[in-house]
Amino acid sequence: MTITSEIRSNITKTYVFMAGFVAFVVLAAYVMGNALGYGNSWMFIAVLFSVISSFASYYWGADMVLAMSGARPADRKRDFDLFTVTENLAIAAGIPKPKLYVIDDTAMNAFATGRDPQHAVVCATSGLIDRLERRELEGVIAHELSHIKNFDTRLMAVVAILAGTIAFLADMFMRSLWWGGHRDRDRDNNLGGILLIVGIVLAILSPIVATMIQLAVSRKREFLADASGAYLTRYPEGLARALDKLHKDKEVLEAATNATAHLFITNPFKEKNFGAWFSSLFDTHPPIMERIKILRAM
Amino acid sequence: MNVLYIFGSAIVLLVLYIWSLYNGLVTLKMQIEEAWSQIDVQLKRRADLIPNLVNTVKGYAKHEKGIMDSVTKARASMLAAKSMGAKAKASDALSGALGKLLAIAENYPQLKANDSFIQLQKELSDTEDKVAYARQYYNTNVMMFNTKIQTFPNTLVNEMLGFPEKEFFGASDEERKAVKVNFE
Repeated sequence: MTITSEIRSNITKTYVFMAGFVAFVVLAAYVMGNALGYGNSWMFIAVLFSVISSFASYYWGADMVLAMSGARPADRKRDFDLFTVTENLAIAAGIPKPKLYVIDDTAMNAFATGRDPQHAVVCATSGLIDRLERRELEGVIAHELSHIKNFDTRLMAVVAILAGTIAFLADMFMRSLWWGGHRDRDRDNNLGGILLIVGIVLAILSPIVATMIQLAVSRKREFLADASGAYLTRYPEGLARALDKLHKDKEVLEAATNATAHLFITNPFKEKNFGAWFSSLFDTHPPIMERIKILRAM
Repeated sequence: MNVLYIFGSAIVLLVLYIWSLYNGLVTLKMQIEEAWSQIDVQLKRRADLIPNLVNTVKGYAKHEKGIMDSVTKARASMLAAKSMGAKAKASDALSGALGKLLAIAENYPQLKANDSFIQLQKELSDTEDKVAYARQYYNTNVMMFNTKIQTFPNTLVNEMLGFPEKEFFGASDEERKAVKVNFE
């Protein structure tokens, strides 16, 4: 079964990613600590910090992501369609009903998060709930439940928090470079100079690397979630029509950040055209038209 | 000695295989039972909604007694059904009758505007979906179970384990989509 192997690979990737994050932060701390002349004292802090944030992203990643999006819990009466559609598809998928949240925003989008099906969260914007018909909403929710069932959400939540942390650290480093901190420059001028350059390169590279990892992680699993979602509803046209509507919606979702963009069903920023090739490297999602075409061919 | 090792490890492998097959089948069986109770819960939920619906419709459309009687009758026979096959059949009949009842509501603008009717209609169509999805989950699991016990070499071992084949719940998914009533 391909789904079982997909789950296994997601779980493994999560741990590999966490280990990679610890290694990256410790290495970066070594390079930057030396570049700034603090020596190896940063290493200890880096180990402690990266291990703690890895575990935190694993256990509380979903809560953090949710807090960042500013969502409210869904209500059965007020969000009847979202509530019941999720209940129904959870029955079909054989998983417990995830907790439901709504972002009050007229932009249309949705995401799922949580470390396993027992701790899952699905979040939709009120724009999505209002503007999609029930069958279309079913398509979107089925897509999200597939992410949960395949353990995509575990990996994606960890990636969101850790990649966000790297970006944050790089930012701090750049600032500290700007505002002084070049002590001990004369102690070992040559080595210090080289390390300073490496440090700057790392500081520039790390957010890019982080972003690339984040994107590589999410693109192909969108196709898989589309397919297994369609299998769940037995009605690919529902999701195809929903994606079409989302594609035509040009509104940007303010609640999304760089760290959380890849969680959403479609790119919350829409097109930010700065060179087609360059921006395609940073695309969090495969082109919607391609996804629709595949769904319609099912 | 060598022969003994080979023989011994063959037996160990065989035991491991039977062990994992047995556990896999038991897990699936539990899932099927759970799925079945889910269908039952949803059928009951739908049956509970019907008296209210019939009463509401009665208030506005007294002349449609025939259709209302057929709904009430279909509900009663569904509640009376014991076997799985009978339940599936009765459930489909009830879906059909309900579809007709809701279709005539189109002719009564006041009924259509009634708040509790709108609410009931929403709940009912949601419950129809729930029944359909519970059935889909159940049938998927039954299919996995039956495939598992019928494929080679599992089928040989199952002669010994003696798991009987499971019964599908009613119409296939394709047929189900066709009867499914869309209230939107």
